[in-house]
Amino acid sequence: MAMLDIQRRSATTTETPKARSLPQVAKLIDVSTCIGCKACQVACMEWNDLREEVGHNVGVYDNPADLSDQSWTVMRYAEVEENGKLEWLIRKDGCMHCADPGCLKACPSPGAIIQYTNGIVDFQQEHCIGCGYCVQGCPFNIPRISQKDNKAYKCTLCSDRVNVGQAPACVKTCPTGAIHFGTKEDMKDYAEERIADLKSRGYDKAGLYDPQGVGGTHVMYVLHHADQPTLYSALPNNPTISPTVELWKGVAKPLGLAGLGVVALGAFMHFIRRGRKVVTVENGHVHVENTADQRGAAVEAQAEEKVS
Amino acid sequence: MMNENDMVLRYTPLQRSNHWVVAILFGLAAFSGLALFHPALFWLTNLFGGGAWTRILHPFFGAVMFLFFLILALRFMGHNFLKSYDFKWLAHIKDVIVGNEDKIPPVGRYNAGQKVLFWVMVWCMLALLVTGVMIWRPYFNEYFSIDLRRLAVLIHALSAWVLIAGIMVHIYAAFWVKGTMRGMLSGWVSRYWAKAHHPLWHDEISEEKKHL
Repeated sequence: MAMLDIQRRSATTTETPKARSLPQVAKLIDVSTCIGCKACQVACMEWNDLREEVGHNVGVYDNPADLSDQSWTVMRYAEVEENGKLEWLIRKDGCMHCADPGCLKACPSPGAIIQYTNGIVDFQQEHCIGCGYCVQGCPFNIPRISQKDNKAYKCTLCSDRVNVGQAPACVKTCPTGAIHFGTKEDMKDYAEERIADLKSRGYDKAGLYDPQGVGGTHVMYVLHHADQPTLYSALPNNPTISPTVELWKGVAKPLGLAGLGVVALGAFMHFIRRGRKVVTVENGHVHVENTADQRGAAVEAQAEEKVS
Repeated sequence: MMNENDMVLRYTPLQRSNHWVVAILFGLAAFSGLALFHPALFWLTNLFGGGAWTRILHPFFGAVMFLFFLILALRFMGHNFLKSYDFKWLAHIKDVIVGNEDKIPPVGRYNAGQKVLFWVMVWCMLALLVTGVMIWRPYFNEYFSIDLRRLAVLIHALSAWVLIAGIMVHIYAAFWVKGTMRGMLSGWVSRYWAKAHHPLWHDEISEEKKHL
C-alpha cells in the first residue's frame, strides 16, 4: 500500500505519513444469512496462497479447529438454545481490524504493524521479530505465530486487493452475500436495514457489533442476539485492550525511561555536589573525607600530584 | 600497627569471576531487554544482530545470568542478613548520603544499603526468571494462558526496571567510595578502607588474624 496513508505504526512515537486520507472501509458479516459453507475460508487460502496442513475432524464442524499462520479466517459453529429453539450460530472469525489495535500498541518493533488511514491493520512480517507481544495485546485472540519462521500472521483484510479497488476475497466469494465490503458508513447503513428486517422477524435484540471499547472495528457483525455476543463462540461482550497491556505499553514506557534517566542524573549530581569518599590517616586514626569538601579535595589533589 | 602496604583480601578470584560473569550477562540482558521496552531504545537491537536475534538471545542471556547469580547469591547470602546495627545505619541514611562521616554508625562486611540491595536483586531475579519463562517464545509461553502472560510481561518489565535502577546505584556507589572498585577488580582493599567503611568487619578479620 502507498506509504502516505499510514494512520499508525507500531513502536513509533512520532507522526506517521498521513497526508493522504483514505475513506474508512469496513467488512460487514451478516451472521443471520451465513450458511457456514466455508467458501470464505477457501477464498482466503486461494488469494493469499495459504495451505493449512490437513488435520483431524475434532467432532464438530469447525475445520480447521483454530486460526493459524495458514488459516487467517475460520468459521466457528455454536449450537445454542434461544427462545426455546435450537439455533446454529455460525461466525466467521478473524481479525477485527480495531480502530485502536491492541496488537499495534504492544508491538516493540517499529513498523511491524501498520494501520492504514482506511482502517486496515496489517502485519509487515519482514519487520516482525517473533516476540508474541501482539498475541498478548489482541483482545480477540487473533494473531498466530508460525512455527516455521516465527513471524506473526493474521487477516490482512486483503489490503492488496483493497488497494486496487477490489473487495476482499472472502467478500467476493460468499455465495449468500452474507459478507459485505464498502465504506464504514455504507456498511453501517446497510446493517441498519438488516437489523430492521431481523427485528420484524422477531429478533428484537438484533444489532450491530462494532465494539467501542476498541474504538470500533473495521470488521463488523450483524448479530441476531447483539445483547449476548458471547453466544457466538465467545465473541467478547465488551472487548478492550487489557489494562495490564495499557499500563505496560502506556505510561510505563516513558516513565520507566525517564526514571532511569533521573537515577543516572541523580548519581551524577551527587558526585559533583558531594564528591567521592576518600580515606585519610592521621596519627594512626582513620578518617573518611568527601572530595567535595576542602579537606577531601586536598587529599585528592595531593594524591594526584604525587602520581604526576 | 597498620601501614600503607597492609592489604586485606575482600574477594577471592573465584568470587570475582562469578561477580563479573553475572555483571557481563546483566549488561547483555539489560541492553537487549531495554531495546524491546521502549522504541527510543530499539536501536540497541543492532548490538545483537537485529530485532529477531535480540528476541532470540535475550532469554538465554537472562537464564544464564540467573544461574550464575544464584551461585553468587548463595555464596554471599550469609553476609547479607540484616543485623540490629544495620537498622541504626539505615536510620542515619541521610548522613551517609551527605557524608557526615562522624554520625554514621559502624557496619560489618556489608552496610545496610548493600544488604537491602542484595535482597532486592534476589527478588527481582526470581520475578524475572518466573515471568521470563512464561513469555519465552517459542519454548514455554504456550503453557500459560494469555491473561497470565499479560500479567507476566508487566511484572517482567517492572522487576527489570527495579533491577536496572538498583544496579545503577550499585555501580555509582562502587565509584563513590574510593577503593571499592579495586576490591572487585583485584580482590584487595586496604586495611584503612576496611576500618573506615566496614569497621566491624575489620575488627572481625583482625581478631581472626590474631589467633593465627
